[in-house]
Amino acid sequence: MNKYVPIIAVAALLNLFVSSLGYTQTNPPADTYTKPQVSITDPWVRATISQQKATGAFMKLKSEAPVTLVGASSPIANVVEVHEMATVDNVMKMRAIPHLPLPAGTVVELKPGSYHIMLMELKGPVATGQKVPVTLIFENAQKQRYEQTVEAEARPLNTPAASAVAPATIPATTPAPAHNGAH
Amino acid sequence: MLKKLISGMGALALTLGLLAGCDRTSAPTVPKFKAQDIHDVQFAQDFRLLDPTGKERTLADWRGKVVLLFFGYTQCPDVCPTALSRAAAVMQLLGKDAERVQVLFITVDPERDTPQILAEYAPAFHPSFMGLYTTAEATPQLAKDFRVFYRINPGSTPTTYTIDHSVTTYAYDPEGRLRLAIGHDASAEDVAHDIRLLLGTQTQ
Repeated sequence: MNKYVPIIAVAALLNLFVSSLGYTQTNPPADTYTKPQVSITDPWVRATISQQKATGAFMKLKSEAPVTLVGASSPIANVVEVHEMATVDNVMKMRAIPHLPLPAGTVVELKPGSYHIMLMELKGPVATGQKVPVTLIFENAQKQRYEQTVEAEARPLNTPAASAVAPATIPATTPAPAHNGAH
Repeated sequence: MLKKLISGMGALALTLGLLAGCDRTSAPTVPKFKAQDIHDVQFAQDFRLLDPTGKERTLADWRGKVVLLFFGYTQCPDVCPTALSRAAAVMQLLGKDAERVQVLFITVDPERDTPQILAEYAPAFHPSFMGLYTTAEATPQLAKDFRVFYRINPGSTPTTYTIDHSVTTYAYDPEGRLRLAIGHDASAEDVAHDIRLLLGTQTQ
């Protein structure tokens, strides 16, 4: 019995080796290498009043490899789009854009006054402090798509554009403790 | 003849003197606004709109107060909350003077911005803020009267259209006269400064 132990061990090791080979064969290095990892930081959505049907999600995106944000979804909204906003000659213009390129190593900020994820046909109001899952769809240079989901916390409706600026301490219309951790 | 000439010259001298006197006294009191002074324009002099309770409102309702007025829509995730947040920050900066300021948010999207939504939206930024509207039919003329540009861009579904719109804030003095056009980029500090000038609580 004892003399079989090394054989079993060797067989097990061999099996591990083979299976690892098999793993690398079904997932070519090129794929794992080009599958981009996008770091998503500071995600937040703007809370809404009870009957509001749309709001925006904002975050910072940084990708190691060049990728393109080609879409988004969220369980709280029927329609989710990437929008671009610009104010030209004191006229605010907003458009859905089909894709948003993320150059390698560059932080692309989705913020008020610029790009945002537009959440439309909301299924219900978004309360301050609520965690809103937002799934982003990226496409790499090889046209391969993959998804990354982030939890964006809802900040008060009156959160000013520059999130670094402390929001005005307006009498809260929602319970105050929910504001904690929003910044 | 000579007598006439002398008296004429006297009158002229008197007029010149008065003019000079006027100049001397008025020059230092011309207010230095941060925003664009538009006191001489002929548009946007008044309005007849509905508040969320259905009550008709005109500018005269806020005589004695500085009125800040701008157009937007509540489905806007971006500029409208930013403009309202700035207005709320202005109220905070003004302290006691804020009691003599009324902020009005006029919707360019009465189809989606129901009175119920307006009733809740504007006060979410500051309890005193008020949303106003008119019918969908009357909104284009209202915008025209106020030199407010807006255009509806179809969305991917019938309810998800977006609206391009002017983001200028108009400021009226306590006598109800249109005085300033405030740009979207103006800081809360600059707006508060101009409001104090209009209220007469600041002299330069």
